[in-house]
Amino acid sequence: MLVLGPIGFTAPWVLTGLLVLPVLWLLLRAVPPAPIRRRFAGVALLLGLTDETVETDRTPWWLLLLRMCAVAALIVGFSGPVLNPKVTAPATGPLIVVVDGTWADAPIWSARINRLSATLDAASQAQRLVSVVVATDPPLSGGGDQNGATARENEVLQFRAARDWAPLLAGLAPAPYTPVAADFIDALRGVERAETIWLSDGLAYEGRDAMLAALQALGPVSVVQEPRVFTALGPVRRTQAGVTIPVHGLGRGTAASVASSSISVLAYGPDPSGIERVLGQADVPLADGVTPVSFDLPPELRNRVTRFEVADARSAAAVQLADDSLRRREVALISGGRNREELQLLSQLHYLRAAFEGRADVVEGAFGDLIAANPDVIVLADVARLAGSEMADLLDWTRQGGFLLRFAGPRLAASDVARDAEDPLLPVRLRAGGRTIGGAMSWGEPKRLRPFAETSPFYGLPIPDDVTVSAQVMAQPDPDLSARVIATLADGTPLVTRKAVGEGQVVLVHVTANADWSTLPLSGLFVSMLERLTAVTRGDAPEAADLAGQRLRIVQTLDGFGRLSDAGTLPPVAGEDIAGATASRDRPAGLYASESIAVALNVFGPQDRLEPALWPDDVTLLGGAPRHSTPLLPYFLFAALGTLAVDVIASLALTGRLLSVVMFVAVALSGAPKGGQAETLDDAFAFATTGEVTLAHVLTGDPRVDHTAHQGLVGLSRVLASRTSVEPEPPLGVSIETDALDVFPLLYWPVTPQQPLPSADAYAKLNAYMRSGGMILFDTRDGDIAGFGAATPNGTRLQTIARALDIPPLEPVPADHVLTRSFYLLQDFPGRFTGGDLWLEAAPKGAEAAEGMPFRNLNDNVTPVVIGGNDWAAAWAVTDAGRALHPIGSGFGGDRQREIANRFGVNLVMYVLTGNYKSDQVHVPALLERLGQ
Amino acid sequence: MSVTAPSHARLRARADTLAAPLPPLLAQADQLARTLLMGGHGRRRAGMGEDFWQYRPAQAGDPARAIDWRRSARSDAHFVREKEWQAAQSVHLWVDLSAAMGFTSLKSGLRKSDRAGLLAMALSILLMKGGERVALASLRTPPRLGSVQLTRIAEALSAASDSDYGAPDAADFLPRSRAVFLSDFMGPIEAVEAAVATAADRGITGVLHHILDPAEETFPFQGRTVFTSMGGGMRFETLRARDLKSRYLDRLAARKDRLETLARHAGWRYGCHHTDASAQSALLWLFQAVEGPR
Repeated sequence: MLVLGPIGFTAPWVLTGLLVLPVLWLLLRAVPPAPIRRRFAGVALLLGLTDETVETDRTPWWLLLLRMCAVAALIVGFSGPVLNPKVTAPATGPLIVVVDGTWADAPIWSARINRLSATLDAASQAQRLVSVVVATDPPLSGGGDQNGATARENEVLQFRAARDWAPLLAGLAPAPYTPVAADFIDALRGVERAETIWLSDGLAYEGRDAMLAALQALGPVSVVQEPRVFTALGPVRRTQAGVTIPVHGLGRGTAASVASSSISVLAYGPDPSGIERVLGQADVPLADGVTPVSFDLPPELRNRVTRFEVADARSAAAVQLADDSLRRREVALISGGRNREELQLLSQLHYLRAAFEGRADVVEGAFGDLIAANPDVIVLADVARLAGSEMADLLDWTRQGGFLLRFAGPRLAASDVARDAEDPLLPVRLRAGGRTIGGAMSWGEPKRLRPFAETSPFYGLPIPDDVTVSAQVMAQPDPDLSARVIATLADGTPLVTRKAVGEGQVVLVHVTANADWSTLPLSGLFVSMLERLTAVTRGDAPEAADLAGQRLRIVQTLDGFGRLSDAGTLPPVAGEDIAGATASRDRPAGLYASESIAVALNVFGPQDRLEPALWPDDVTLLGGAPRHSTPLLPYFLFAALGTLAVDVIASLALTGRLLSVVMFVAVALSGAPKGGQAETLDDAFAFATTGEVTLAHVLTGDPRVDHTAHQGLVGLSRVLASRTSVEPEPPLGVSIETDALDVFPLLYWPVTPQQPLPSADAYAKLNAYMRSGGMILFDTRDGDIAGFGAATPNGTRLQTIARALDIPPLEPVPADHVLTRSFYLLQDFPGRFTGGDLWLEAAPKGAEAAEGMPFRNLNDNVTPVVIGGNDWAAAWAVTDAGRALHPIGSGFGGDRQREIANRFGVNLVMYVLTGNYKSDQVHVPALLERLGQ
Repeated sequence: MSVTAPSHARLRARADTLAAPLPPLLAQADQLARTLLMGGHGRRRAGMGEDFWQYRPAQAGDPARAIDWRRSARSDAHFVREKEWQAAQSVHLWVDLSAAMGFTSLKSGLRKSDRAGLLAMALSILLMKGGERVALASLRTPPRLGSVQLTRIAEALSAASDSDYGAPDAADFLPRSRAVFLSDFMGPIEAVEAAVATAADRGITGVLHHILDPAEETFPFQGRTVFTSMGGGMRFETLRARDLKSRYLDRLAARKDRLETLARHAGWRYGCHHTDASAQSALLWLFQAVEGPR
């Protein structure tokens, strides 16, 4: 490479081409501009005249200079000039390339990989051994090196040739968590000396300094970091009107943020049909720090939200998964007692209301209204019997996933529900009467609760000492009783029983919901038990205590790009570990669920903040973009083209052709853009068809049928023009799929068996056409073989086509129909065939013949369809010269038949255009009578 | 004409092709002529004719049968009824059909020869309506009257000549007739001078009608240009056509001046017409120039 100042040449030998320039100068000078040849009658007058100036005989010097510049630019351009050529001193020794690989890298991951491969290329040129470490996924020391021949014994990092890393780059992906410093430092064990290039994501995280220190102990560290914009979503909080979500921003002040001024936060969730949609959207101005965003979501929508996402962010931190803490369950309370005079503290529902308050939407009211509201939980407090239909509704609701919570009480104890057989809405059979402990007539103490078994949903809840039970309803000992008990008293009698009903469940608490029978409702345990049972929460993130003892299944995981995917078969996680945890390699971010509760583990927690990574002074900071060597070839080529373009204009000006070219271009430009092509086509179509009456036929796809139909309408148009004042434009073939139909008064539709069915859009168009006054003449063209009871292929096809059409009831043309006298008086309607029936819209029932008139009082409506099979188009068809296209009948009779067919056509068009004007003749006597007065 | 394969179809087709321009030219000319046809067409003086001209008092020498007795009876004097002099004239038309006349710069494509032919036809129709006899120089027939002559003139007008520039030939013109020269007079002026001189010698008066294309008057050319004549016989190359404009226009003006001088000396009239102007005004001028009082 030849380097001259800041410019290097990759192919300097091309520059020798510059030597040719003087020769070119001489050549170009010798060739004058080409003349225009013109024929001119006055040339005789010109003979003998001489040019005053001979200078332009040769190309002017400035034009020559222009051309020389163009050629010189080409020569220099192809010699490969490079601005800031990279002449680097090769470094040696092993190299560690660290990539943070966090979610913050995700939006620019491909650029990161490119940068990584560029670094590897450089290392490859320097023939250095390289180890690529992703900080979020460092090689584990325990795994060891499988091909230990090349690596030292306890060295975890593998140093390989830079080339060998290239295929592995595609497999790297950002992780939805931040690196763990200890793992990383552990991975460095055994390395003695190495230079480090750290591709930083630009955010500070815990342990970064420790990692840096560990690397600096090995050798110099260079950091690649570019100013970027970060966006993250904090945990969602529920508010009165909806939810708020904090948007964390960083880097707004930098030049990288000029692209847009606001970001959108979207709330996703399934719509009623289960398809994921955007349920809410909020726009936030870009700002550093924390900006709370409020979503105005009604409870119905809020309960459906599954995640919040910053639009187009592509990062795990820009996604917040919503879990049960966002949802408010709807709890319906129904009490058996209707005694309004009782004290409030004795009310069956008082403690339930208090327990659910702030955790769920409590609804109360008539049973029918409540079940219609489809709540998540229905609580029946001491309700023994329900009406038959109510019971059936409740059972249905439960089977579909409802949670029915029942409390015992005096009424249930006194009733005979579930005495002999199991009630579908009670988990167990009950013994009559129940029992009272510690009362005046009993010999026992009030009983305490036994600690909850491990299988119980209450497992892990502490039991206060002051919870005692003094009365309860007793379960009958049944074979499956023990499986249904989830809480027992100290003596083993069931306190809470549960059974599954369909997808839902029924739970019976064997004591009352007030403090009559036990002190349970007075204790905090009652609230905790209700929470566990009904999964209602206060709206905060679940505490460790809430999740203690539960095992949570991973349902969905979030990857570094913020994409959700099914977790597959990952092992379940203990509830305590999830509560308050941050996402890590072992506990990936995602959605965790037990059977009663769903918990989201999000990347960005409540305490997390976006803070830029700060590096000490002894770290070499490389800019984001390396100082690129810029190839100058395009600029030189562009300059050459530019000068050549100027040369064209100058040459035209010299030869006097500039003006004409400019005018040509101006004309071409002014003539060209006149609206969209399609629009003008549509306009042309509309103008062509609306200027005059235009008959149209539906294109069937069969060229013969289409030709006959077209020529038939040509013939009919001629007959109309010669006999009536209707002078139609030449007919058109229309495609019902694409053309506008409503400009045609009449559509002739020959039916072929191969005809494709119209699309749904076309059907809509046809129906609209018929409703707005258009008429379709269906012609099955089989009048010779069709008849009553005979199904022809054409007829069958017509039935198929017409099935989706809005066709009114039909009848054969009655003798007094206006079609028989709209222009000519006709009795039958032959085409190529005679005798086939013609069907049109049936007259309304009860039409009476007017007095003294041969026809009925029918002057409403033009039939939208006329259906027949006489192949009229064939009878109407003429060649362009005016001769009949098809033979009709034989001899004079045939001519007569053609004439009648033409008359039918005239009548039909008249009928379409004038409606039932002729039918108004029934009113003539009345009108005359009025005029006479 | 050599018809090698004398089939009717071919003959017919060629005849059709030949006749094709005739009806439009005739019709066009007829239409143009109609705009000027205003009733009877006399000499505007007493003479032999059919139409009444004036009554004048009888003078000595008037034959008795010339006296209009009915008019005389209404007064004391005798009156003679004079009729308008209606004498047929012979008009010779020379229309330049050379290639130069095929030049046009107009968007409508109207060539000088088209305009000349139209004017010639319309003038012929007008003159024949007025009873005059017309001949076309290239036909070499004596002046005649009637539609057959008209058709022949139309035919002859649609035949183009190959030569670059045309030259008039007044040898066959009848003495004391009229002559009309329709040309762009771009060719050698000496031939025109000779023809006019020959005609003037025989007492023929006439009109030189100069027909020019607008481009020939403005010379809107620039840049390096090779000019060739319409027939291709002449070639002239210039490097800057714009520089030639003034000198060309000088030469054109000189030619016009020379033609006008020539006309004045011979007692003829000279008119210049541009193809972008209306044909009707040209015809009006031409007709008056031919028919106008001496």
